[in-house]
Amino acid sequence: MSLIANILIDGVAYGMVLFMIAVGLSVTMGLMRVINLAHGGFALIGGALVHGLLTRAGLPYLLAVPLAVLGTMALAWPMERVLYRRIYRFGELQQVLATIGIAFLMIAGVNYLLGSSLLSIPVPEAMQGAVDLGFRKVSMHRIVVIVAGLAMVACLYLLLDRTRFGMRLRAAVDNRDTAAMLGINTGAIYAATFCLGAGLAALGGILGAELLPIEAYYPLRYMVLFLMVVAVGGLGSITGSFLAALGLGLVDTASRYLVPDFGTIFFFACVIAILAARPAGLMGRA
Amino acid sequence: MADAALALDRVSAGYGATHVLEDISLTVPRGERLTIIGRNGAGKTTLLATIMGLTRLHGGRIAASGRDITGMATHRRSALGLGLVPQTRDIFASLSVEENLLAVGRGKAGLEEAYAMFPRLKERRRNGGAQLSGGEQQMLAIARTLMTEPDVLLLDEPLEGLAPVICEQLMRVFEDIARDGRRTVILVEQHVTAALAFATRAVLLANGRVVHDGPAQGLHAQPGLLDRHVGVSLGHRDGG
Amino acid sequence: MQDAPIPATAPRPRSGGLRVPLLAEALLLALAVAAYFLFPYNLGFLTRILIMMIFVLSLDLVLGFAGITTLGQAAMYGAGAYAAGLFAIHVWADPVAGLVVGAAAGAAVALVSGLVLMRAHGLTLLMLSIAVAQVLQEVANKARDITGGADGLRGIRMEPVLGIWDFDFVGQTGFWYALAVLALVFVALRLVTGSPFGLSLRGIHESPARMAAIGTPVYWRLVAAYALGGGIAGVAGALAAQITMLVSLEVFSFALSAEALIMLILGGTGRLYGAVIGTAIFMAVHHTAAAADPFNWLFVIGGLVLAVIFFVPTGLLGLPTALVRLFRGSRNGRP
Repeated sequence: MSLIANILIDGVAYGMVLFMIAVGLSVTMGLMRVINLAHGGFALIGGALVHGLLTRAGLPYLLAVPLAVLGTMALAWPMERVLYRRIYRFGELQQVLATIGIAFLMIAGVNYLLGSSLLSIPVPEAMQGAVDLGFRKVSMHRIVVIVAGLAMVACLYLLLDRTRFGMRLRAAVDNRDTAAMLGINTGAIYAATFCLGAGLAALGGILGAELLPIEAYYPLRYMVLFLMVVAVGGLGSITGSFLAALGLGLVDTASRYLVPDFGTIFFFACVIAILAARPAGLMGRA
Repeated sequence: MADAALALDRVSAGYGATHVLEDISLTVPRGERLTIIGRNGAGKTTLLATIMGLTRLHGGRIAASGRDITGMATHRRSALGLGLVPQTRDIFASLSVEENLLAVGRGKAGLEEAYAMFPRLKERRRNGGAQLSGGEQQMLAIARTLMTEPDVLLLDEPLEGLAPVICEQLMRVFEDIARDGRRTVILVEQHVTAALAFATRAVLLANGRVVHDGPAQGLHAQPGLLDRHVGVSLGHRDGG
Repeated sequence: MQDAPIPATAPRPRSGGLRVPLLAEALLLALAVAAYFLFPYNLGFLTRILIMMIFVLSLDLVLGFAGITTLGQAAMYGAGAYAAGLFAIHVWADPVAGLVVGAAAGAAVALVSGLVLMRAHGLTLLMLSIAVAQVLQEVANKARDITGGADGLRGIRMEPVLGIWDFDFVGQTGFWYALAVLALVFVALRLVTGSPFGLSLRGIHESPARMAAIGTPVYWRLVAAYALGGGIAGVAGALAAQITMLVSLEVFSFALSAEALIMLILGGTGRLYGAVIGTAIFMAVHHTAAAADPFNWLFVIGGLVLAVIFFVPTGLLGLPTALVRLFRGSRNGRP
């Protein structure tokens, strides 16, 4: 009973982190048809910024986190304007290589500024304890991650389903040329979406630092994980990303609890099975 | 004609390195009803796409309302009053009918007008864009472009594949849209009879070039011209 | 026509080979021989370059010719390495027999995984190819009793090549052995890519729909190409196992697949020479830059990759053509 509860709580928290990081990747990949291997770099940048703001500038956590997220978005914007908008037009092979190149530069840049050791993100005391939910105690940090993840899902749903920006974004995903022809500034939508995705990745990176520690090699170490969430979920599908992140988070956590020796094999076998059965992902369009 | 609704000056364009249009010059005065006729592959769709900036321009200049729009981004051309109803309709499948309309243009203000023009769309407002019949899709495509309040409306084979009764309804809508010269309408159509009845001027396109440009009425008197360049005699249509 | 056109593969000059047969091959061979005498104390490094060239050539067949976008070519390299290593320890330490075993292992992994992979495209294909390599790596890691796990497979002692040349401490035999295998692989690939089979792969790369329409069994051709490429990657892995006498888990690593891809793109895809030249340049730059600081190396390679992708999309082999085109002023329209 307690094992199942552990798997559920850890798995859902892990899934939320994966979702926050991967959802931006999924939307940008669906929208711009770009394979972006450097997306994890924004989680790294967010983590590195918050590390600097907390440990060097001494800002309070609740101020440092939003600042780091905004800072990441501010860095993502010129990257989109200068690099990515050219990469959209490349073939997929060139996209893979160009974005690997960008990931390398991000790693080298963070290492140059902060070194290659683990970047600690000290959380406030309020987030360190455990909460008694009656039947068991749960780490406060897990609860914060899960609540933040669910809040993100709700916000994204409202943004995409209920706002004009969301309609325009979906229109541009469906058909870029037609959207432009009808007066939708697709370039601006791309840039806004890209920055939003980068900001979400930064938040996911910061909140998930306990599970996926922040260090310079972060973008390459977890790149495959994030991309698999996107592939399994289906390009451009937020619901798909959510299901995939939650599912893979649970599968990974469960297999580590239950079959610790074969966790990785089990995880990848699941991914292969899903993708073999549904090459376009769970919610992807064929 | 500085304030012509649309002016193309020796335009050559295509996709990638290929040339589809060669040396097209065309001036469309404000309020004109123009039809562009030609065989499949003559470059009609490419011409409209070029006006919207969706092709690769190899040479020449394009102006709208006296303003040079060569090289201007597509969405800005829309803001300047150019509106295209694409042949493939391109309804946004992940948006409902109403969202298809609200995503573009002025938003709620134009919505009632659109529903007044096509009551059928109001009945299906909650339906997904992909669930519509061909005729409904065409209505939505037209209404959606009208939401952007175009001064120049470009219609790319709007009657294609539709039942005669729907075609008649749409032609009445076009008459209404163009009435009193409020809007310039450029109609590309395989239904030559309907197109010539609607338009005041006709341009024949063959192999990416303008081969005839004159009053629409005059074409009735020259059936040989149509036969040669369009491959249709009046009264029949090239289904292709 | 799901894939966007890849400019890197557009120009395919078939010159040289036709006018003076094997002139370019002879030139490359001469360069390799010259390197042997110029750097007698770096034979180990030179041999690693030669082995890597074989591996990148296998990727060129799969990716450059057949257009299969993969980031998991290391799966076959690793399979070949472990198979050859285990074969030498437990069965027979003859190098050539080991190569055959390595090739068979690589081809078998590619064939089985290819049956699934060749149905996928784009991101899904990339992810599946990565996943296959990761699963194999994890299997090798867990099967510690057989593979040595994270400590690596040790105790490989090879017999003399063809029963004549013993592997020596300096690595002279290793160098010539690797060079001979590279030459054979290169010539074999030249023949394969010029054959009707190779031409059909190019056709599939450019337009799978058109090839399917004229009756080409696209899926099976791709599986065959992937298996063939896997066999060659297996040869490269086997060669590495025999010469370094060690197989580590790194043979399955994502980094190996990614680096091979970078080498191929640096040189230019779909031309075989590109694989050879790109590998030489990458390894040489790596050797000098990484020696100073591994992160420094990432700056260099990241910048280099971006520069090539943005400014010389056809690879460094396309640099002369790109310059000529620039001066003639006839720019090729890019989509």
